[in-house]
Amino acid sequence: MSMVPTLLSVQNLSKSYGGVHAVRSVSFELRAGEILALIGPNGAGKSTCFDMLNGQNTPDSGRINLLGEDTVGRKPRAIWRLGVGRTFQITATFPTMTVRENVQVALVSYGRQLFNLWGSTASYARDEAGRLLDLVGMGAYAGRPCGELAYGDLKRLELAIALANQPKLLLMDEPTAGMAPRERIELMRLTARIAREQSIGVLFTEHDMDVVFEHADRILVLNRGSLIAEGSPEEVRGNPQVRAIYLGEGLVYDARHREGAGA
Amino acid sequence: MAFYFVQFLTGLASAASLFLVASGLSIIFGVTRIVNFAHGAFYMLGAYVAFTLTERFSGALGFWGGIVVAALIVAAVGVLVEMVLLRRIYHAPELFQLLATFGLTLMVQDIVVLIWGPDDLLGRRAPGFRGAVDFFGQNIPSYDLFLIALSPIVLGGLWLLFQRTRWGVLVRAATQDRDMVAALGVNQKWLFTSVFALGVFLAALGGALQIPRDAVHHALDLRIIVDVFVVVVIGGLGSIIGAFVAAVLVSELNAFGILIFPKISIILVFLVMAVVLIVRPWGLFGKPEAAARRTPGLTVNPWRPLTSGERSMSIGALVLAAMLPLFAGNYALTVGSEIAIFVIFAASLHFLMSVGGLASFGHAAYFGLGAYGVAFLAKAAGLPMIVSLLLGPLLGLLGAAVFGFFAVQLSGVYFAMLTLAFAQIVWSIAFQWVAVTGGDNGILGVWPDKWAAGPASFYWLSLAIAALAVTVLRVIVFSPFGFALRATRDSPLRSEAIGIDGKRVQWTAFVISGTVAGIGGALFAYLKGSVFPDSLGISLSVDALVMVLLGGVETVSGAVIGAIVFKAANIWLVSQTDLSKLVLGGFIVLMVVAFPKGIVGTLEAIRNRRRSSEPKSALATSRIEVAE
Repeated sequence: MSMVPTLLSVQNLSKSYGGVHAVRSVSFELRAGEILALIGPNGAGKSTCFDMLNGQNTPDSGRINLLGEDTVGRKPRAIWRLGVGRTFQITATFPTMTVRENVQVALVSYGRQLFNLWGSTASYARDEAGRLLDLVGMGAYAGRPCGELAYGDLKRLELAIALANQPKLLLMDEPTAGMAPRERIELMRLTARIAREQSIGVLFTEHDMDVVFEHADRILVLNRGSLIAEGSPEEVRGNPQVRAIYLGEGLVYDARHREGAGA
Repeated sequence: MAFYFVQFLTGLASAASLFLVASGLSIIFGVTRIVNFAHGAFYMLGAYVAFTLTERFSGALGFWGGIVVAALIVAAVGVLVEMVLLRRIYHAPELFQLLATFGLTLMVQDIVVLIWGPDDLLGRRAPGFRGAVDFFGQNIPSYDLFLIALSPIVLGGLWLLFQRTRWGVLVRAATQDRDMVAALGVNQKWLFTSVFALGVFLAALGGALQIPRDAVHHALDLRIIVDVFVVVVIGGLGSIIGAFVAAVLVSELNAFGILIFPKISIILVFLVMAVVLIVRPWGLFGKPEAAARRTPGLTVNPWRPLTSGERSMSIGALVLAAMLPLFAGNYALTVGSEIAIFVIFAASLHFLMSVGGLASFGHAAYFGLGAYGVAFLAKAAGLPMIVSLLLGPLLGLLGAAVFGFFAVQLSGVYFAMLTLAFAQIVWSIAFQWVAVTGGDNGILGVWPDKWAAGPASFYWLSLAIAALAVTVLRVIVFSPFGFALRATRDSPLRSEAIGIDGKRVQWTAFVISGTVAGIGGALFAYLKGSVFPDSLGISLSVDALVMVLLGGVETVSGAVIGAIVFKAANIWLVSQTDLSKLVLGGFIVLMVVAFPKGIVGTLEAIRNRRRSSEPKSALATSRIEVAE
């Protein structure tokens, strides 16, 4: 394990609003190819944590080291340039473009052609865009207007966009929110497969414990801004404090007992 | 010292009307999200109706009663406008609402001249407030003191209305979240109508109260609306206390600005506004606009380059246009040149609006700067035409680079208002800096060199430049930059998350657009042989907006058709009727309500419907209707 490089190292991250400590001295690490889930009840500080990692929010104190660079105070676009892909809780795509063009724009940015006034976007990195769309199973929709897509397909398109800069780290904020149960499992399987194949680290927040326990290698549990538990799915599931605060009692969340529990 | 104090009081008195009108605009915006351009027109109507009533009925009751009744009558007109027009466009994009209410303003300008004639009207003095109060040797009109006392009273009354009545609670709730209020079963239609009536009442009252101080004339509307925009932008749209504080601030800046910079007093106000917008883009007392619940984009059919058939058709049309000198006379060629120039202007604005999603309400600034640039180079420096034509637009580029930098920090109605304000700054510089610009007399004698002097050669030159400009803009639309710009418009969040510096992209687009507008202006100077401040004015900016809208915002080159149709119709209309503003205003209103997609957009929609009658496209159409 120690041979695998650390992608993300967070030390003593804190943020408060007025007198409320949204995030209190949170520290953790993420390695290449690892899938790390950040869970906790509403208001635990997951989103604040996430926003600080991707540059939408600045911490009061603490350090964030992403791929060897200190990223505190950098803008989201600068963090993207370091090799971080991002998906949002509510999908953010470009509705007036086709599915392929959505990916092409990201590729244009990756190729630093944003201020190219004279080229043709239609032919820019068309094959690469097609490859990314095939990877997420959206190849057949390449020519479709993005505004017409179903929500599950938008999520997959967003994943393709997030992969355009050949990221080393994926930040996914509630990747399966708003999806049907079967779509959730499929999307996370896809994400996990891509992450393992390309050795991409994934950090995601999630409320669906089926998704969390099936796919996460490691789980961080936040409560009232503090990290209260960290470990493998089994360890976290067995932690009495986590059960009391968040998971509740019973075996509902054990993937192997899912049918038996009947929830 | 006494003099400064009196100056201060004069400022406070001027603030009264400004506050009344601005609070009305703010209340209407807060609930309906409509920035009512016609608010100045209601103000003016209030003044005219009050003039008639106070002339007819004598005595104190006749005067004060006349003022209140005038405001009530105008409020009734406002209710009619709301029910007939605004109810149809509440869900239209902001730009359409601004344009529709501007159309109303144009109509009212001609209507008041029809009813009250073109001359200034002097109202009678207020009974009981005819005299002046002596203050250490300085005179203060007692009516001014009355106005100074009035604004806090109105402010208090509005506060009670909004805090202590059930209706006020509903209005405040709707200001925060009108969808939620509707979901709670409140009859939104009447809430909106009553709010609009109150807002118009306040505007008309502001106008009516001005008659003892100021002559009534038919240009009052634009003068007040620009000031009011400044006030609500500084104070924060939707905030009444903000309107009050900003009205006082702006009036005092005007009162003292005239002492400090007598020539360019107006600039002081606009500078303050620019600073406020950059530090607090939502105004001193406003709240940041909640970005949630906005379905972005109207386009469902993504843009595509021309097919080979369409390309040959466009080239054919261009060849046909180039053959005009073979059979048309000199007048037709001059008209043709003017249309070609406006094609350039409209295309430049269209690029910014459609691809960038940035509706500039002051695009004439860059057109006019290009024109003045040419005039300076040709007249002052005596450069040959070809050099002036190449270098003149650089003044437009420079203006766009400076103003654009600030403007792109904002979006939506704030962007529209800021661009309008910047255009007014440029206009007032051109108007007031007589030594350099000739002021109202303009710069005369900017004639083309011999090779381009004939109507036919000038027409060919304009046509060629127009074709080139439109082609270049089209190429940019489909270039990587064009897509980056569209990405920024479609989803600022996503574009930032894929490494796009949105502000820089938009700024670049603004500069491109302003430069192309400047090219149009440069040609315009040579066409007319002169340059006047009108080339920078609001009405020219709005002409450009109408051309874009007429062609269809959500098209690639709709503005070309829009400019041709609008300019031709406009020139024809002015030659046919004295009431061109009435007809034009009515036309704008009709267009916004009936054809919000414009000529080209409507044609495309029909063609798409024919091409695919799958259920998919029906779904797409319903998406357009709910999109906001």
